[in-house]
Amino acid sequence: MTFEPLSRRRLLTRAGALGLLATIGTLVTPRLVLAAWNKAAFESKTLPETYKLMGAEGATESGDVQILASDIAENGAVVPVQAVSKLPDTTQISFLVEKNPNMLAALFDIGPDMVPDVTTRIKMGQTSNVVVLVKAGGKYFTATKEIKVTLGGCGG
Amino acid sequence: MGNPMKIRAASKDGITEVKVLMSHEMETGFRKDASGAPIPAWFISEVTAKLGDKVVMEAQWGPSVSKNPFLAFKIKGGKAGDKVTITWVDSKGDTRTDTATVT
Repeated sequence: MTFEPLSRRRLLTRAGALGLLATIGTLVTPRLVLAAWNKAAFESKTLPETYKLMGAEGATESGDVQILASDIAENGAVVPVQAVSKLPDTTQISFLVEKNPNMLAALFDIGPDMVPDVTTRIKMGQTSNVVVLVKAGGKYFTATKEIKVTLGGCGG
Repeated sequence: MGNPMKIRAASKDGITEVKVLMSHEMETGFRKDASGAPIPAWFISEVTAKLGDKVVMEAQWGPSVSKNPFLAFKIKGGKAGDKVTITWVDSKGDTRTDTATVT
């Protein structure tokens, strides 16, 4: 047995393992059917600018959009918020916190297989209006609720 | 690769309610460590939910989603035995996928 065939075998084994890893990678990677991460919108510092970067200028208040959250959050680091839209053809639900350093907290693109009802937990630096922004039928609608924070969620 | 997610998916009256608890620091980038040096931002930025092989929801998150994020949503359809798969990708490019069976 010479050195060469051994090293060749090892090389082939390694190549095989790499190939397998690559295959797993493609299987695990989510198929992104919708938009890429909207960096500009997440980093913008004013509400009008955030709306603009989301294409949501001219969003109007709607009674068919609901934001469900308690009036007072004891811990700003963990504020449960739920958004419900009764509008037909709802395709997107976002949560925005007016007085956070960056307003946009989370954006959900939902397909026709979803009930437009999403719950998550967000951080709030201080008492602020929380806006639920809904895209339905290509237009944007909002619901706003003030949540009082007794203990801030940022910087602590 | 982070710690496993806890996923519960329950079907009732034709609607599958999914609850997910993820394990992640969700560092904002605004905080400083004990020596005053800024702690860099590190957060889950994208979340994908699938029922079976079909993507039903795609989320984009910023760092102001709470640490160890919780997420609940409702899918039209789905029945006991179906698979719900959640994948997240964070701002460092780390990713994790977990699957739960609908009950």
